[in-house]
Parts: sequence; C-alpha cells; structure tokens
Amino acid sequence: MSARNDARAEERARRLITGALDGELSPAERGELESMLDRHPALREELQRLRRVKEVTESMALRPASEEVWRDYWASVYSRIERGIGWVLLSLGAIVLVSYGVWMAVSDVIADTEMPWYIKAGLLAVTVGGVILLVSVLREKVFVWRRQRYKDVDL
Amino acid sequence: MTTALAEASERDLVVRAQRGDRRAFGVLVTRYMRRAYYVALGLVGSHDDALDLSQEAFARAFRARASLDPDRPFYAWLYQIVRRLCFNHLRDRKVRARRLQEAGPWLVSQAAVGAKASDPGLSAERSELRGRLQSAIEALPEREREVLVLKEFEGLRYREIAELLGIPIGTVMSRLYAARRDLARSLEDLL
Repeated sequence: MSARNDARAEERARRLITGALDGELSPAERGELESMLDRHPALREELQRLRRVKEVTESMALRPASEEVWRDYWASVYSRIERGIGWVLLSLGAIVLVSYGVWMAVSDVIADTEMPWYIKAGLLAVTVGGVILLVSVLREKVFVWRRQRYKDVDL
Repeated sequence: MTTALAEASERDLVVRAQRGDRRAFGVLVTRYMRRAYYVALGLVGSHDDALDLSQEAFARAFRARASLDPDRPFYAWLYQIVRRLCFNHLRDRKVRARRLQEAGPWLVSQAAVGAKASDPGLSAERSELRGRLQSAIEALPEREREVLVLKEFEGLRYREIAELLGIPIGTVMSRLYAARRDLARSLEDLL
C-alpha cells in the first residue's frame, strides 16, 4: 500500500515539475510543488536539471524548408492522388483482361478433344487454385484495410 | 485558386472535397502543409522523408475523405495519418539503417538564425550542441519524441496535445517528463 502511495506521489511530483517548466500550473499546483520542493531537495535539483534541458531545446528550432518546397507542394500531392486513381484503374483493367484470357485459354483446352485428360485436370487445378489464392489475398487485404488500416501502430 | 475558395470555412472545404472537389482539397493542403511537414520533420528527422510522408498523408486523406466528419477539425484527423505513416516509417529496419548513415541536420540553433558575423568558437559550440540534441531526440522512444516535438517545436499546450493524441493531459505530462529526463541523461556533460 505504502509503495503504491510512494509511486503515486512520485508521479505527481513529475507531473508538477513538468507543468512548472512549461508554465502550465495553476496557483494551487504551484503551491503544492513549492511545498514538495521544500520537503525534498532532490526534487529541486531535478527541476533545475530539467530546466536546463528545456533551455537547450528552446534554443533550437526545426530547420526551415525553402519557399520552393511550398510552391510545389500541392502539385506533388495532386500527382499522387492522380497516380493512385491511375493504379486502381490499371489494376482493375488488368484483372478483367487477364481473367478473360485465362477463361478463353481454359475453354480452348477443355474443348480440345485430342488433349489428354490429365493435362486438362492439371490446368483446371492450376486455374481453380489461382482463383482461390487471389480471392483469399483480396479478402485478407479488405479485412485488414477495414479493421486496421495501419496495423503496425498502436494508437 | 479563387479568392472565395481560399477564404471558405474549413467545414465548407471539407464538404466540397468530400464531393470530389480537388480545388477545395487543394486549399486545405495549402492551409496545413507547413504544420504537416514540420511535425513529420520532428518525428522522422529528415527533410526528404518528412516531405514524402506529409504529402503521402494528404493523398491518403483525399482517398479516405468519405470517413471525415466535417464538424471535426481537419488537422486533428490528418495528424493521425501523418503520425502513423511516420511511426511505420521509423519502424522499417532498412530505413533505420539508412538514417544512421545519412543523418543530416534537421534542427537549427535559434541564435544562428539571422546572425550576421558569428564567432567561430561559439558557432562550433552551437553546432555540437545541436548535433548532440538531435541524436538524443532521435534516440527517444517514439511516443516521448512525439510529445516533445509537439510541445517544444510546435508550441502546443498540454490540452491541445492531449486532444490531438486522444490521451489524458496527465499522460502528456508523464511522457514529456520521461523525454526530458532521457535528454538530460544524454546531454549530462553539456548541461
């Protein structure tokens, strides 16, 4: 119980120190922190140490990008949007054409009376297997896209 | 881009973009491109990657525009895409290896900006401090780095960070504390 209280007090002290550094404490919280600092000199040292870190980070800024970057920015985004639409159309068209080609080839082979039965059976197995794999991959992609678009990242 | 469109409200622009109006979406891009780029720069530490990831975030936002609620802030929604892209990018092993080899300066000393004649000694000192701080930030866990960037370089308040990330203010403070404690350890000899 006492260990849990200590952990809570420690966490509270950390948050108050952080708030003090960023000027985001209420008057009551500032009083609470002052009283903590009076009771625990180590906390005051910690506050000073982190204040120096804050000064260092405040003395730096993100490197500014050139004006050229902003001038061309929307054009680049637009190209990406356009390319995305292009890929979708290209993929759909390719799927339709390839499916038609496979169907025609399979029909020809089945209609060929001179072709041995085991060649026909092999071709049929390859075709059905390919369709099953394609549907399975598509279903998985759709499932991941709908449920978890960025599966590597926890929110 | 017409003046009327450029001055339209964010809600208006989002609704028009949802109907497929690319010019309206272009206005949204122009409004938020700097914020998206700079936050990505803080998260991934490379100009080229930040540019690529922030532009990709806008392109994905356009594709997913149907899921956007026009009554909620556009940037908060866009930011979710930016951060996810950045974190995924950082987790890519090949990218991490390349970053180690090609790490360039993505921070700049405030004092150096606009300085005319600089003292070479002081300049070298600032350069070392910048390099050390940059490396120390790159070594932070991504969630600590994120709140540090949003606080120190984007200048957001705790409440804004909490809303953006969908976490309690107390968690923002804890992550910020942990980030600064880690930086203090890394920069111990310089402080």
